[in-house]
Amino acid sequence: MTAFIPDHSGPGMTARLKDATGVAVVSLFLGIPMIALHTVDVGGVLAVATRWPWLIAFAVTMFTGRLVLQFALDHLKINKARRERARPAVRATRPWLKWTGYAVLGFSIVLPIMCSGNRYVVDTATTVMIYVMLGWGLNVVVGLAGLLDLGYVAFYAVGAYTYGLLSTHFGWGFWETLPVAGALAAGFGILLGWPTLRLRGDYLAIVTLGFGEIVRLILVNWTDFSGGPNGIGSIPRPTFFGLPFAPAGDGPTFASFFGIEYAPEHRVIFLYYVILVLALLTNLFIARLRKLPVGIAWEAVREDEVACKALGMNVTNIKLSAFAIGAMLGGFAGVFFAARQGFISPESFVFSESATILAIVVLGGMGSQLGVVVAAILLVLLPELGRDFSEYRMLMFGAAMILIMVWRPGGLIASRAPTVRLHKEAQP
Amino acid sequence: MTTTPMLQYSGVHAHYGAIHALRGVDLNVQKGEIVTLIGANGAGKSTLMMSLFGKPAASAGKIAFQGNDITRVPTHDISRQGIALVPEGRRIFPRMTVLENLQMGSTFADPAHFDADTRRVFDMFPILEQRQLQRAGTLSGGEQQMLAIGRALMGRPQLLLLDEPSLGLAPLYIKQVFRIIRELNERDGMTILLVEQNAHHALNVAHRGYVLQHGEIVLTGTGKELLASPEVRAAYLEGSAQAHG
Repeated sequence: MTAFIPDHSGPGMTARLKDATGVAVVSLFLGIPMIALHTVDVGGVLAVATRWPWLIAFAVTMFTGRLVLQFALDHLKINKARRERARPAVRATRPWLKWTGYAVLGFSIVLPIMCSGNRYVVDTATTVMIYVMLGWGLNVVVGLAGLLDLGYVAFYAVGAYTYGLLSTHFGWGFWETLPVAGALAAGFGILLGWPTLRLRGDYLAIVTLGFGEIVRLILVNWTDFSGGPNGIGSIPRPTFFGLPFAPAGDGPTFASFFGIEYAPEHRVIFLYYVILVLALLTNLFIARLRKLPVGIAWEAVREDEVACKALGMNVTNIKLSAFAIGAMLGGFAGVFFAARQGFISPESFVFSESATILAIVVLGGMGSQLGVVVAAILLVLLPELGRDFSEYRMLMFGAAMILIMVWRPGGLIASRAPTVRLHKEAQP
Repeated sequence: MTTTPMLQYSGVHAHYGAIHALRGVDLNVQKGEIVTLIGANGAGKSTLMMSLFGKPAASAGKIAFQGNDITRVPTHDISRQGIALVPEGRRIFPRMTVLENLQMGSTFADPAHFDADTRRVFDMFPILEQRQLQRAGTLSGGEQQMLAIGRALMGRPQLLLLDEPSLGLAPLYIKQVFRIIRELNERDGMTILLVEQNAHHALNVAHRGYVLQHGEIVLTGTGKELLASPEVRAAYLEGSAQAHG
């Protein structure tokens, strides 16, 4: 058996020393202009001075640094290989994952009650929930169906503008607009998918990237329709079954109806619960779909298109359905976004939003619902925490992404639960 | 024969870009037969099988399944008519479980049959039952081949196409794969078209065989006739005869 296992002990000491010597030599050469030569001020005149000991120290540092780095990397690799070999043959569902999920759910329900006085916390939590929902939507497309979509924000924009326009022009309410916006976004998904889903991988990514930009540019330039760069303002906020969140006025309000003191926090908390419910519905919807033939077919298409065709599956339709459902969920999130902000403009739907959502999906572990939640929390909170030293924010962000990808290339939560079990089978 | 063949190729031509891969192939498979197609690398064996699915589409000639012309039927509709393909290189879904792989095979079958069909596959390949919740990518090559065959059977096909099922397998598994092919045919009456490079095993198990060379059928006969034929021996068996006893 040992003969089949590749040797993971890494290169020998000689190879390591050779490698480190190479690095040291390169750093010696590079160090001459950068370290060995420096300028000094000699009585008002600039003169060149040398500092050879520094250069030697630099080369020695590089030499040892390289040795240590190589050793650490090899060690990581060996450990990883060992872990993979030791992986149990049968991958049962992990109970701790399930309980973590419930714990997160419980926490998200009580969060606004615990922090009802702290508007900032609830607001940030709402932002996290929007990204969770967007992440789950995109997860259908990228994680399950394996289609790289770089223009997902376009569907988010479709949802947001649908509510913005319908509410300001025709007085539509939040709940009435929701299904319409979802359908419209799904329609856009099909519109984009129909001609492009024949493309593979990189080509599809470029086309979706273009689509995202087209939608944004239309919103910027078609001033009569979308308000152009000025966007759409004074979008009505969602009401509690017809009761507005407002100081006591002419009609009944949420506060007066329940006989409580008006507080602006009520709306913030209400909005949080709305997005929580929307996100939970999304989660149940996707969990259900994953167990249906169409959901498993998405994953099958991701795994092997040729095999799917040989099994009689219409690959284009399967991809289209994933695209449409992902787009629909993005549209829902967009409606909520417009209702929460009260103001939308093309500024909110730039490419970096698409990239963030995609990062959430990839970081969380493709296809993992809980992973998306963890990644969304991370990606929303990291920039928030970095506010105090905002100049380094992007640097931190990038470093965190690289580190996570080095440690967990499959995403934070890479395991996936089986979707079918036999009826007769006793649950272990 | 007077009965309609299960599968009939009449003068089929096919192109891969500028390459003329099939040059007027005539071939038929009768119900209940194992027919094998042997030939060297690049002779057009896989093209012949894939042209059935329209990948590439036949540029001339006609392919009929149970008397119906399927030359222009869309790819995804063909397997729904009762043709199952075990593709070359197995092409199981590696990150999905064994059971999920089987379920994909039954996408267009009656859901009421699922449990019974799964039982049948598990009885045929007990190792798959043990590993039903394991990711398919973690199976050995031979087990993956069994899974690919099991997945194809889940759709209750009338015609089973096997593209190089012995490719890359250990000798023990090769024997098992051919035993299963024979069993499927003898016990369930499955009609099988087998594309193989392993001519010795394939001709042993097959009722009839065709030899394909440069996109043309150059020789046909019963499995025994072809095994005995000096041309076949010279071209496909001499080198490998010792290896397989």
